[in-house]
Amino acid sequence: MMELLNSPLVHVSLTLLVFIGAKKLQLRYRSPLLNPILLTILVMIAFLLSTNTPYRDYKENTSIISFWLAPSVIALGYALYNFLEEIKSDFKRILLAMISGSITGIVSVFLLAYALGASKATLVSLVPKSVTTPIAIEVSKEMGGIPSLTVAFVIVVGVFGAIFGQSFLKLIGVKKPKSVGLSLGACAHALGTASISEKGPDYSAFGGLGMALNGVLTAVMAPWLVKLLLFLFF
Amino acid sequence: MVCIMVLIKQVAIFLGFWFAGELVAYLTQLPVPGSILAMLLLLAALELKFLKSEDIKQTANFLLNNMALFFIPAGVGLMCHYKLLKQEWLPISVAIVVSALLVLAVVGLIIERRKK
Repeated sequence: MMELLNSPLVHVSLTLLVFIGAKKLQLRYRSPLLNPILLTILVMIAFLLSTNTPYRDYKENTSIISFWLAPSVIALGYALYNFLEEIKSDFKRILLAMISGSITGIVSVFLLAYALGASKATLVSLVPKSVTTPIAIEVSKEMGGIPSLTVAFVIVVGVFGAIFGQSFLKLIGVKKPKSVGLSLGACAHALGTASISEKGPDYSAFGGLGMALNGVLTAVMAPWLVKLLLFLFF
Repeated sequence: MVCIMVLIKQVAIFLGFWFAGELVAYLTQLPVPGSILAMLLLLAALELKFLKSEDIKQTANFLLNNMALFFIPAGVGLMCHYKLLKQEWLPISVAIVVSALLVLAVVGLIIERRKK
């Protein structure tokens, strides 16, 4: 029976079913806590634990789903193209905001976790937390972090941003599609972008831009900044 | 409805760009993943009119609208780090939450406060 449950057919269809169900729940109750990504992840973890299935098997069985992550990142280029004129006209400010955001993210997560007593491996793995998964893995490796742990942090940040990001931005008076998109993309990468993509094509375009710029900037700056921080604090 | 052949062609275009991005990443040894480079290549191809946006429209929208789903297999990997997350949950969660809100505020406010 257990062997029957551990197959691409069962894992893929269950993931799709749970995701569709979670989306319907969210549409009906409109609560940000019913985030479909978080719900699906939790239900699937519960399923794997109760059937004694190692994550490795699930990962292999569902590779047909994760395969499309890269193409969907590439599709952000299409979303960006539709807003290229607006981006060009305000490029200096966008770049300034993104560089400030990237440095803020790197330094603040390092200092906070350090002050609260996190281990060195955790600290370094936390640094690329706001970056899209493929970049985060590369950056973490380069700095001596634990890539799979970084992936976990990236997901946690993404889910957090997807659930609370919009309400927090509203609270501090950030409302324009451009500022909402860029800040959520910078903070919570593709998950943040996905959480606003239904609001309109301008939201996803700027989300994609925020995510791409933050990814590239963090990849360039993080290794140096972390070297400096480690030198100062260890 | 779009003809299935059109969709197959569009998917092939995406996979082609993906490969081109991976190739550039491999050849230049940049610390940037191939998919991000492919995204920039696609943007350049559209801007330089090598590719019409109608040629990839349906597939691009499908991928963008379902991005969240494609993340789930990676997200389930959280279960592998149960022990460490349990041990260091306080510094990790405080650092993540506060730092995420700071990034949102810094980027959001700099862009929002633009004088028209």
